[in-house]
Amino acid sequence: MTDPKSYAMKAKHQRLILVVVALAAIIGAGFLAAYALQSEANYFYEPGQIAADPPEVGQAIRLGGMVQEGSLNTLEDGITVAFVVTDKESATVDVRYTGILPDLFVEGSGVVADGRMDEEGVFIADELLAKHDENYVPRELQDMDQHAPDKTLIPAEQTT
Amino acid sequence: MIAELGLAALWIAAALAVLQLVGGAVAQRDPESDLAKLVRPAAIIQGVLAAFSFVMLLYLFAVTDLSVKLVATNSHSDKPMIFKLAGAWGNHEGSMLLWITVMAMAGGLIGLVERRLPEKTMMATLAAQAFVAMGFYAFILLSSNPFERLPQPAIEGMGLNPLLQDIGLAFHPPTLYFGYVGLSVAFSFAVGALLTRKVGPDFARAMRPWVLGAWIFLTLGITAGSYWAYYELGWGGWWFWDPVENASLMPWLAATALLHSVSVLAARDALRAWTIMLGVVAFSMSMLGTFLVRSGILTSVHAFAVDPERGSFILVLLALYIGGALLLFALRAGTVAEGERFAIASREGALVFNNVMLSAILGIVLLGTLYPLLTEAFDVRVSVGPPYFNPVGAIFVIPMLMVMAVGPLLRWRNDNFHRVKLPMAMVAGIMLAVLALVLVLGSYGWLPMLGLAVSIGLAIGSFLPLRGRNLLRVPTATWGMVIAHFGIAVALFGMASESAFSEERLAAVEVGDSTQVGPWTVVLDQVAPVAGPNWTAIEGRLSAQYGDGAAIDLRPQSRNFWAPPQETTESTLATRWNGQLYAVIGNQASDGRWQLRLWWKPFVTLIWYGGILVALGGLLALIGRLRTDLKRRSAKSRNAERKLEEAEV
Amino acid sequence: MTRWTFWIPLGLFAAFCGLAAYQLTQPKDEFIASTMIGKPVPDFALRPAHDERPGLTIANLRDGKPKLLNIWASWCVPCIAEAPYLEALRAQGAEVVGVAIRDRPADVSRFLATYGNPYSRIGADDLSEVQLSIGSSGVPETFVVDGNGIITYQHIGDVRAEHVPMLLQALAEAGQ
Repeated sequence: MTDPKSYAMKAKHQRLILVVVALAAIIGAGFLAAYALQSEANYFYEPGQIAADPPEVGQAIRLGGMVQEGSLNTLEDGITVAFVVTDKESATVDVRYTGILPDLFVEGSGVVADGRMDEEGVFIADELLAKHDENYVPRELQDMDQHAPDKTLIPAEQTT
Repeated sequence: MIAELGLAALWIAAALAVLQLVGGAVAQRDPESDLAKLVRPAAIIQGVLAAFSFVMLLYLFAVTDLSVKLVATNSHSDKPMIFKLAGAWGNHEGSMLLWITVMAMAGGLIGLVERRLPEKTMMATLAAQAFVAMGFYAFILLSSNPFERLPQPAIEGMGLNPLLQDIGLAFHPPTLYFGYVGLSVAFSFAVGALLTRKVGPDFARAMRPWVLGAWIFLTLGITAGSYWAYYELGWGGWWFWDPVENASLMPWLAATALLHSVSVLAARDALRAWTIMLGVVAFSMSMLGTFLVRSGILTSVHAFAVDPERGSFILVLLALYIGGALLLFALRAGTVAEGERFAIASREGALVFNNVMLSAILGIVLLGTLYPLLTEAFDVRVSVGPPYFNPVGAIFVIPMLMVMAVGPLLRWRNDNFHRVKLPMAMVAGIMLAVLALVLVLGSYGWLPMLGLAVSIGLAIGSFLPLRGRNLLRVPTATWGMVIAHFGIAVALFGMASESAFSEERLAAVEVGDSTQVGPWTVVLDQVAPVAGPNWTAIEGRLSAQYGDGAAIDLRPQSRNFWAPPQETTESTLATRWNGQLYAVIGNQASDGRWQLRLWWKPFVTLIWYGGILVALGGLLALIGRLRTDLKRRSAKSRNAERKLEEAEV
Repeated sequence: MTRWTFWIPLGLFAAFCGLAAYQLTQPKDEFIASTMIGKPVPDFALRPAHDERPGLTIANLRDGKPKLLNIWASWCVPCIAEAPYLEALRAQGAEVVGVAIRDRPADVSRFLATYGNPYSRIGADDLSEVQLSIGSSGVPETFVVDGNGIITYQHIGDVRAEHVPMLLQALAEAGQ
């Protein structure tokens, strides 16, 4: 370190390495993220699409639609519910969900469920997102409803 | 009358922002002009007026003035005073007013106390702050006026969303906003420095307290928000990678990177362009987050009204400010003289590594959050969740934390790894030992296992910078760093423990039956209807025993609110030193049994204690910096300052 | 770092802005034709929402006279804002029938006593069943229903002064 010139040279050399490493990391992150997004994203299906082009068994998907009137019932174990999700074309998918139903989960209302299809063509839901309030429709269901609800009534929940 | 006063104050404040912008611009050409002299007073008065306006809104909520639409929509005369006041910012218009108030007050504070920067840079900074504020004034005054009146006063307000009637949540938005908007100061500093090309240690030292302050608030806000989601939503999770959560995480990641790069700039005059870039990015992330949340452009578990009109307005602001700042950066960054060089094996090297990793994580979160937006343009609808964020994020988080355990041991300028061989070996040894132990204990996912190992190594490593020093003479700022790094380790341990050791039990039980979860035995004693002021509920009365200890009474509820009608799940928690029991009651099955969902989550509370420790570390660092700042005010010698900087961190 | 790298952030951001702008133009605007237009109101029968007005059944909507069907609630603030204009519509000859969503009789009476009562009938829809069945997901909304129970127009949000002539026009068209 006595010779400042050699230090500068060395530093320059190191700096170059650093820039290369940084760029490699960022680009690597980009590719990694792109690849992971391809494989890990939950594709959104409506009942009609499941009938037409069924997803692979076991692949994580998100199902959206309306809970069919009169289809909700609790199975023997007391904690698993079965219901039918339908869409405008009246295609239907049987859904099983083990757990506590979310607030405002009612028949005839919209629901979005995360889960996967099993071999029998039943959708096994890990999680249900029901409408939070009268004024909220999950974005995925807007096409199914007549319109996006707008600032008509309830102070929509603010979270920030 | 009060509402009109508040609105008038806001209009005048907006006019002052215009004056401040013009004055600041004139000052760039002619620092002695009369207009330039008006800039500081304009900033200060603008801050006062905006604060006045917000106080008026608080007053309207305090007295529940039902002729004001916002009050009628979000308040109720029977509500406790604290929630009446919280109602003022628990909605779109009010929270935007809070945003601009904090922003104007921050600008006023710069005008009042900042004496470090060259006058020209100072004027450019205040002009930039005013320019950003103007957009938000326009947004409030033109599209979301909080003081709007109803044609006829309402008889009674609609209350506040019951989910928001919670003391933790009442202070969640303000805390986050202090953080977001504090970053606007860093943004203005960066723009000011680009305009005047004055980037150096002085600039870094002037900017640092603001970044620290904002970062402390962001840390607290995210911690509080996570805890709120944990006990209020009743899903047992503490982080959902929801767009709204990511909106607050992204500014935090950028601010954390900025915090560290500012230290490098202050101590070594390196990373000039990079620091400026991060200053722009950090506030951009705040605005982007607000845009994503307010426009309803992304689906979120948090419900909010979808409002394309407001979304478009914020998008225009985004394009104007972020686009403008990035354009300025592209044009000017090359002319900011290149900073000092440094070696890889040095403190700067470790900090640069931290910055690269944080940027990568930020990129990953940003991509994951925006990906649904991208695919939707091609009519493919997807949602991105933990399966993407957790593993991909971990690839960068784990190495970053490993470097974090030993980075602070390195010296500035030039060091060699040989010197810190022993502590590095020690930390690595601890990590490997823990990993081996966990492997013996049972089979868990690789992420929680690595998390446990790294967190314990990091917990030990974070105190290493103190070894061999007189603890009483260690600078406050260094203590701050140690505590903050330790806090990260604590939080990480909580997260890893929760995902590795949690046990869940979902059961349908009859009254009188008992069920087991982890070391707990839970008995459902009875189920009773209860009523509150504006709700009725089904309440489960549980007695829970840890091992064979005394029974604890737990009362989870499923509540039904009237006006507006809503159902909420009220979970209950039993906290012990080594974890939490979490209980939720569901519906009654047709055969009369009740659904119970129970979790035993070992050490889950460490997640939030860790967050608080991180914020505390930030606070100590801020106090330390401000104290030396005040001491150094008289001493003009830059060299002395730099030496001190190198000595203390 | 070379000069051109300084342009990367701006480029990325520009791409994001383009995408977001495109997305924001996508959502359905307020004046989208409702899918319910031209469809009959499904069968229903609602009990009276309070003791001053009769309830509402499908038969009332098929009595040959076109009506405004207003979906509202006493707990809804925009409903207060629209009250004077519903009154104006009634004064100009429109028959207005109401469906009160998840409401209590006492609250309904108090609301009507304060802001005026333009309704000839009010049905209580405690589970939002009727509301959902006619494609309304928010309050307030106002439908124009012709004399045979067919929906001819859907107005989302509160009725303001500028909507009054438009609704009267829609009613007149429904009567032809």
